[in-house]
Amino acid sequence: MIYSLVGYYSLILGLIIGLSLFYFSYKNFNNSNILDSKILSFTFLQLFFVVISFLCLILSFVVSDFSNETVFNNSHTTKPLFYKISGTWGNHEGSLLLWLLVLTLFIFLFLVRTKNQPVKYKILTLVFQQIIIIGFFLFLIKTSNPFNYIFPTPTEGLGLNPILQDPALAIHPPILYLGYVGSSIIFSSVLAATTLKIISTSWAVHIKKWILISWIFLTLGILLGSIWAYYELGWGGFWFWDPVENVSLMPWLALTTLLHCILVLEKKSSLTSWVIILSITTFTLSMCGTFLVRSGILNSVHTFANDPERGLFILVFLFILIFLSILIFFFFHKDNDKQSFSFFWLSKETSILINNWFMMYFLSVVLIGTVYPIFLDVISSQKISVGPPFYHKLIIPFLIPFLFMMAIGPKLKWIKSQLEDKIYLISFLIISILLAFLVLKNFNQNILINTILISSALYLFFITLRDFFVKKYKNISQNIAHFGFSLLILSILFNNLFASEIITNLKVGETFENSKTKIVFESVDQKKEQNYNAIIANFSISNSNGEEDRFSPELRIYNQPVIATSEADIKTTLMSDKFIVINLVQNQDFFNVRYQVKPFMLWIWLSVILISFGGIVSLLQKRS
Amino acid sequence: MYGRKVKLRFLLVLIILITLILTTILILKSLEENVIYFQSPSEIKLLTEIDESKIRVGGMVKKNSISINSNEVSFVITDFKNEINVTYSGAVPNLFAEGKGVVAEGFLKDRNFFSAIKILAKHDENYMPPEVKEALGEK
Repeated sequence: MIYSLVGYYSLILGLIIGLSLFYFSYKNFNNSNILDSKILSFTFLQLFFVVISFLCLILSFVVSDFSNETVFNNSHTTKPLFYKISGTWGNHEGSLLLWLLVLTLFIFLFLVRTKNQPVKYKILTLVFQQIIIIGFFLFLIKTSNPFNYIFPTPTEGLGLNPILQDPALAIHPPILYLGYVGSSIIFSSVLAATTLKIISTSWAVHIKKWILISWIFLTLGILLGSIWAYYELGWGGFWFWDPVENVSLMPWLALTTLLHCILVLEKKSSLTSWVIILSITTFTLSMCGTFLVRSGILNSVHTFANDPERGLFILVFLFILIFLSILIFFFFHKDNDKQSFSFFWLSKETSILINNWFMMYFLSVVLIGTVYPIFLDVISSQKISVGPPFYHKLIIPFLIPFLFMMAIGPKLKWIKSQLEDKIYLISFLIISILLAFLVLKNFNQNILINTILISSALYLFFITLRDFFVKKYKNISQNIAHFGFSLLILSILFNNLFASEIITNLKVGETFENSKTKIVFESVDQKKEQNYNAIIANFSISNSNGEEDRFSPELRIYNQPVIATSEADIKTTLMSDKFIVINLVQNQDFFNVRYQVKPFMLWIWLSVILISFGGIVSLLQKRS
Repeated sequence: MYGRKVKLRFLLVLIILITLILTTILILKSLEENVIYFQSPSEIKLLTEIDESKIRVGGMVKKNSISINSNEVSFVITDFKNEINVTYSGAVPNLFAEGKGVVAEGFLKDRNFFSAIKILAKHDENYMPPEVKEALGEK
């Protein structure tokens, strides 16, 4: 009760402070020798109020205050404390409050951490960021107030969807949001810098930090979501080209491209238009992600409850922001880097530019695949979905030159370059092809395309591996990230090519046997926990080498809400994952059993961690 | 007549233009080949010919229609006007139950038999795929 009141009025106060900041900014802007201390303290105050509001919501969840509608809809007294807290952002209202929290946090950090930049630039960044913040305040208060009051107070809540009761998904939204919302600060400062015409190498050095932070969090956020989908959804895959996954991949692609562009801007002060456009695109895509996920337009396996009015609000807001940024881009931006565009065809600039085009291509494929069904539904009310084959067919062939470019590009010099050490470049190519062929020679399906793919990934792998040991000029962060990427592609390829799967229906005591695997369904146990009952099935699975493993996947029936979920049992080893999941079809004796052997699963996760580690290294280098 | 630079730039623009057009064609073509249409049992009944491409069928799982043996699950999808028999031999999602909404992906054998290769899982017990809602709403 009291928490809801405090939380709600803190939000209102935060909004008022946001509006007053416009006034202070205006005053300070015309007389801008130093940054008005009021601006800094008011920004802090705004952050403070949003934090208070957020804490109030968490406390409402912790004490199970069911007079609060959000708590009532998403919590339950029997839920473990950890999931009561994580339930705060496991729902629409709470997750938007988290958005707001991150928005205000970033602008505050930005004002504090930014030194050696013009005061006018800081103020203008603040103004643009406040436009976004105020938009979100209004959105939150008007359409999705987390502190709605219900009377009479219910005695028990409706509970949190059990598949969200999971450690990975508890930290997935905050991490992902730090990435998503981090792009807002890039957006604001790019608009400010464009307006003031101060886009230069020193600005690039300054903004690169923010891009890196946002990129690292986004990468890790996507990874967490992917790991969660792998073990919780029970399909044994890690990426389904599902619309909700795609909307997180699109900002990542744009942000990665931006990261490469900013390198050029930092060193050669060219590609400014690219940097501006990409910054705007990244943030727009993040907003679109929120819009698409929250509006209910997307038909996705990840869809949760939603509301059209909210979608409309975000859509209008999004249009205003895009309109504003396009206006600024065309009125203020003068492309004055014509002379620096005269670089030789074989140079680092060209390779980064080509990388950009590839990334833009991948981005448009994902965008079209995600948006086309919505578009068709609106114009012809025909329901379609675009499946993984679409993405595979359009992305995989282009991955081959992309991987080669990733291997050779970083070796080139700025402006004009020659390929040195041709011998090892070519010898590595031959080794890669031979190795790929050797691995796949007993494999009769699609041998050509797979050999080429694996060769190109191996090529990148060897080249980056070699660079760790011998290099004239060190760029260790790039090296780690590219090495991680080659490892990722290799793991994904091997994972796909050599995975095996058995799906069967078994009764207790029955045995399934084929040439390679023997599955014995030994017994069933029951377990009672505070918030769910579980059926534990015990399996013993042996392969043709005589190795035997024991598995006990669970089928949990949660009490509030009453939902059954399957908990997979996964045996992870360095080289492969064994994954088993069961399900009970209603009122039948048969258990639906799915057993998968997934090679290199661990390496997919590790390589993504390695990629983001590259980003962290780069960030630390800049600091020192 | 024209300088080397102008020619080079012209060539560059031309290459970019051609690449753009080619990729657009490529994307549109694969889109055409890879989309999966959604149909309700009633729409399937009205089909004049059985297409070989993959489709999705959605509706409710009919009460008392699920039967299971060691390698197959079979059930009936209904939109309360028409029905279709579905056989499926893969993993079944948690929220698959009689009287609940379902979307099955697979191939039509004829107007009454559908062979599913995937049954789509949904996260939320109250959630109904928009297609199913619409298919049921038409009754």
